[in-house]
Amino acid sequence: MNEFDRRTAIKWVLAASAALRLPGVAFDASAAATAAKGYGKDPDLLKKYAAGDLWPLTLTKEQRVTATALCDLIIPEDSQSPAASKVGVVDFIDEWISAPYPEHAADRKIVLDGLSAIESEAQRRFKLSFAQLSATQMSAIADAVVTEPYFIRYRALTAGGFYTTPIGTRDLKFVGNVATATFEGPTPEVLRKLGLA
Amino acid sequence: MAMIQTSQLQKEYDVIVVGSGAAGGQTAYTLTMDGAKVLMLEAGRNYVPETETPMFQTPDQAPLRGTSTPDKEFGFYDSTIDGGWAMPGEPYSSASPQEEQRFWWWRARMLGGRTNHWGRISLRNGPYDFKPHTRDGLGFDWPLGYDDVAPYYDKVEMLIGVYGDNDGMENTPNSSPGCLLPPPKPRAGEMLIRKHAKTLGVPVIAAHRAVLTQQLDHKRLPPLLHPGNERAQKILAEHMRSRAACFWATDCGRGCSIKATYQSTTVHLPPAMMTGNLDILTQAMVREVELDNRGLASGVVFIDKTSGKEHRAKARIVVLAASACESVRILLNSKSTKFPHGLANSSGKVGKYLMDTVGSPLNGQIPALENLPPHNEDGAGGIHVYSPWWLYKEAAKLGFARGYHIEMGSGRRMPSVGSMEGMSDFAGGYGRKFKEDMRRYYGSFIGLAGRGEMIPNENSYCEIDPGGKDQWGIPTLRFHWQWSEHETRQAAHMQKTFADIIDAMGGKVLGKPELDGRKAIAPGGYIIHEIGGAIMGTDPKKSVVNQWLQSWDVKNLFITDGAPFPSNADKNPTLTIMALAWRSADYMLASMKRREL
Repeated sequence: MNEFDRRTAIKWVLAASAALRLPGVAFDASAAATAAKGYGKDPDLLKKYAAGDLWPLTLTKEQRVTATALCDLIIPEDSQSPAASKVGVVDFIDEWISAPYPEHAADRKIVLDGLSAIESEAQRRFKLSFAQLSATQMSAIADAVVTEPYFIRYRALTAGGFYTTPIGTRDLKFVGNVATATFEGPTPEVLRKLGLA
Repeated sequence: MAMIQTSQLQKEYDVIVVGSGAAGGQTAYTLTMDGAKVLMLEAGRNYVPETETPMFQTPDQAPLRGTSTPDKEFGFYDSTIDGGWAMPGEPYSSASPQEEQRFWWWRARMLGGRTNHWGRISLRNGPYDFKPHTRDGLGFDWPLGYDDVAPYYDKVEMLIGVYGDNDGMENTPNSSPGCLLPPPKPRAGEMLIRKHAKTLGVPVIAAHRAVLTQQLDHKRLPPLLHPGNERAQKILAEHMRSRAACFWATDCGRGCSIKATYQSTTVHLPPAMMTGNLDILTQAMVREVELDNRGLASGVVFIDKTSGKEHRAKARIVVLAASACESVRILLNSKSTKFPHGLANSSGKVGKYLMDTVGSPLNGQIPALENLPPHNEDGAGGIHVYSPWWLYKEAAKLGFARGYHIEMGSGRRMPSVGSMEGMSDFAGGYGRKFKEDMRRYYGSFIGLAGRGEMIPNENSYCEIDPGGKDQWGIPTLRFHWQWSEHETRQAAHMQKTFADIIDAMGGKVLGKPELDGRKAIAPGGYIIHEIGGAIMGTDPKKSVVNQWLQSWDVKNLFITDGAPFPSNADKNPTLTIMALAWRSADYMLASMKRREL
């Protein structure tokens, strides 16, 4: 069932997982058969969890420096919100690649290999570590690797980490998850813009 | 009577109900409200939505930001606990090594079963859906018709609370006046889909979902549901007052602590408990049904999972409502001299004609939905609109039998890792431009998912695995699965239709439509509409139960879950399971009053 790999599954949930009740996991028989040593089938859903609470983290101090620079290259500070690393995205990526599930083991390899590839590239081009590069130098490298699978994956994780924080959801102007007395549907302004008024 | 321990079991009950979901909940509700003494056995733990539901929790508070894992397949905050397609200690197997012949069996070992997690989509089968063989020569007719079930659809809708409209469309029945709650207004994306789908002849109407858009009328409804039974009316009125209307936030799949949606745990079980006629024993894994020397069911044997010890419970009537395949498993594991091939299986049909729903999705990005002014689109935590099957008149031209409905998603929903990963891949690039693009594209995606009818076939069934046992030593199931061309062609038709809709909206299909139906169709069991395995009929040689869901072989044995469905219409099965369970329970009550059971 290779059509139904994880990437496809994620695309399925892209629009509205809440509405369609689609799972985000692969139809991978071997993954399902492997008893994952994660948080188990009955975790406490009301507790607040932080990276490192459930399984040991992976990144070394040096790797974290590179990871931080790369996150902030992808999502830098602008007038509306801070850079990715300022809201814990590096911790999130570390938690993600350290998780004891098969898909996360795959991402662990991609991310660690990617961090070391980008370091090598910085050394090769500028004889500096990636985090020490100027904005122009970083962009030169980013332009060269922007279609590399590891960069695409790292960008996806950075976005996943950033936009699921309160600051990230505000950046997108998500205004839900609050109790209201009534549901009025789209505003007149929205309807006008869509030509539905 | 209450939540009990094994040591507190009564000597004998009127009825044992195995399972606590839609079927078990409805069966126990109907029986106890009318005075029968019922023992409900649930294989999972007790579960209390009022205190356990993560209502407003945000992704940053969860491990991995709440993303799906093999432990929680629908995400960390999904209500399902001790469940999923793969569960430690509870294996099942596939007879074929081929992936496309594999059946994915979802279980939810918890009080309320999968009603805690379900999509709340509550569609009635139409008149055609009860007589499919008569219409096209395929599959089986039901031994009853729409008119037999309609009064029970009315009752269930009034009891659980379902929003929707009466649109009077072909084979998409109206409810009786006063049954439905008003539907929520469509979201922006849903309205845009409706506008453009119409140009293709695809209707988009209000969805029917078990969510309270307003509080239930606790004065008007109880006398209609329990005429002449003042105590039941009083209990139900009190319970209806305790259920709040939807507050238009949070995903229903997390469960609902304010009881605004239907879950067995918040709707069926509390009033049943208030009657004093219901004992619930959790962590009780039923292994088999036992017979007395007259050949009648005398009760069940179960494993108390807290001690690992075997126990017995006795009753005048045994009801299996454990989910289609689990009920089948219990029957096949109940072997005796009289029933060497499993209980109630003189027909040899137990386990046969297993069905799921045909599923296939396609997503699109719609430029018209970009950069919309921020507004709250959470709504009723699920779909507000859907498309009922619209091509009944074209059946001969399609190349496949039966049809499907379309469920659709859109909107500015709470960002998740999965949706942001997808949006990141779509946006591309990096830096400030990337941030701007993410703002632009957020809320501009739609998802279309087909849900279609599968024709029962001889190659899709389950049986006891000769080599398999679970952690309690109970023999496990082995599955055989095969889609026919009716299903795979239908999946291809879904893909084509969805691509046309996205195209008509001026959008871009994400990926490309998969026109090879064998690749487009989701695996068996993936849609979690497990149906069949103990089908009802008019001939004891060709079916397992009669129209009252009563075993032909053992007259005090009933199966009230999806196992007796002889066909699986595109309509999601839960509402029909409840309607038939209520009807069956009424029959049990009448039979007990006449001392026939």
